[in-house]
Amino acid sequence: MSRLLIPGLVILVSLLFLASLLIGPAAVPFRDSLSALILGDGGPMTLVMRELRLPRAVLAAAIGAGLGLSGAVMQGYLRNPLAEPGLLGVSGAAALGAVLALQTGLAAALVLALPLAGLAGAFLAVLMLALLAGPAGGALTLILAGIGVSALSGAALALVLNLSPDPFAAQEIVFWLMGSLADRSWSHVALALPFITLGSALLLSQSRALSALTLGEDAAATLGVDLGRLRLAVLLGTAAVVGAATAVAGAIGFIGLMVPHVLRRATRGDPARLLPVSALGGAALLLAADIAVRLILPGRDLKLGVLLAILGAPFFLMLILRTRFAQNA
Amino acid sequence: MSVFARVSEGLAPVLALALWAGVGSAQTAPPARVVSMNLCTDQLALMLAAPGQLISVSYLAHDGAVAPLREAARALPANRGLAEEIYLLDPDLVLAGRYSTVATVAMLNRLGVPVIRFEPEASLDDIEGALAHMGSALGREAEAQALIAGFRADRARLAAFLRDARAGTEGPRAVLYSARGWTGGSQTLSGDILRAAGLRNLADELGFVWGGMLGLEALLMADPDRLILGSDTQAGWSEARALLRHPALRQSRAYRAGVATNDRDWVCGTPHVLAAIARLIEETAP
Repeated sequence: MSRLLIPGLVILVSLLFLASLLIGPAAVPFRDSLSALILGDGGPMTLVMRELRLPRAVLAAAIGAGLGLSGAVMQGYLRNPLAEPGLLGVSGAAALGAVLALQTGLAAALVLALPLAGLAGAFLAVLMLALLAGPAGGALTLILAGIGVSALSGAALALVLNLSPDPFAAQEIVFWLMGSLADRSWSHVALALPFITLGSALLLSQSRALSALTLGEDAAATLGVDLGRLRLAVLLGTAAVVGAATAVAGAIGFIGLMVPHVLRRATRGDPARLLPVSALGGAALLLAADIAVRLILPGRDLKLGVLLAILGAPFFLMLILRTRFAQNA
Repeated sequence: MSVFARVSEGLAPVLALALWAGVGSAQTAPPARVVSMNLCTDQLALMLAAPGQLISVSYLAHDGAVAPLREAARALPANRGLAEEIYLLDPDLVLAGRYSTVATVAMLNRLGVPVIRFEPEASLDDIEGALAHMGSALGREAEAQALIAGFRADRARLAAFLRDARAGTEGPRAVLYSARGWTGGSQTLSGDILRAAGLRNLADELGFVWGGMLGLEALLMADPDRLILGSDTQAGWSEARALLRHPALRQSRAYRAGVATNDRDWVCGTPHVLAAIARLIEETAP
């Protein structure tokens, strides 16, 4: 079964990607949509397929993969099943960085300022979490540190948006805290994709070190793992992925929590195998969620975070219960 | 000569009359200390009030769209529509909009300060009613009738110009597109401005008679001839306004045909919207 896992997930992601391209407010027959996309007739359908639906699907796949992977890495590195970038305030801090770059006009003046500001926010948040509740900190400390980082970044985000001279900015806290892929364009893909790719590559390269870490820090060190380098790679990798993803699509939560959990048993808990599988699973989950928000409330821009929290929060509560039983046992 | 210049010329004497009016008969005890809390009542009151009658305007009027009114507004202190500050101005009449500063209006009512609320205008015809309403509120009926007569004459002149410009051809299919994808239908003042400029409104075609949020994909698929975009000059950033710079919108047929802007002078129903209509006719000329 586990041998079929990767091909099965690849097929699932491909099918969802195709569905994401074919589902939209303009109900056009599948054949016509695809011919407009590939052949291009210069009409409005070609514009919709190439400039709206294709970048949206690409972003969903890339961001989902990045978030699934960073969730798996954070859980492996912190050796804590509750670790996840959205829940611990990393995404919120990335959103704060991105909003600061946009409101100050820095993002307009300098192309890379937007993803870099998101990256900086995420980096600071992961650093704070690692310092407050590192691998030895335990589940409770980590969650408490995450609540602190979340509250602080959320409040600062609301303050910046309320101070904006743009009257619409204050209403967009929902976008920044819940995430959405509506009306994204190739310019968003161009900003986010390089950082997500580089960050993901960095994280995937740490899979063997993370496997060794399951035996404990001392054992990992005797196995030749450079713990300082591992920490830096985890910090930079998650910051690049979460920062760039959040800068273009807002904070999308719970993917990094749910995906590694669902897939952990199939990979027998081995991080080296869990990481690539979590990336595929994350892509599938975000593509599916983005299709669902379009089907549930067509044309109303239901935020992704709403749907993912409805799925993910009960999941999180279940994990807390399981952690408690494990502690009591 | 452009119709814009012609209409402006037509408006100039009316405005001069409005701003520097010393003529007209004062009615029995017209209000002497009038405070306006709404950008649109500001503009109507500035056009009609006697010198010294209006003592404060809303802070928005200080950077309003119509230049002569803006200068007149800046000569008066601004208010932010807070009950306390309005009460301390000791007004004998407060002018407010129907839907704004609701809490302040309720408070002023309890304190016994007379408040007149104005409905937002939903058509060019409503502008005549608003002028008459403001005229009677301020005891300036004669000035209001003069403005209404000038407004009617300008409208007739504009309609004649439109007939010449379009020469019997059907107007282009146009769509208003503002921040967050808001579009206005035929039952709104913006929709009436489009109609007066000889444009067919896409919003009506899509069922948004009153206006509503139009998704970018739906807009592109409807393939309009012309786009009238919301103005994009403010500082700061919002995803709502970033939508108006979306690459897909910029590659559309309508965008490449030339974009007109739905600017601040569309907001309030005053005779000045005729200048906006004249500009729109020129911007969407074939």
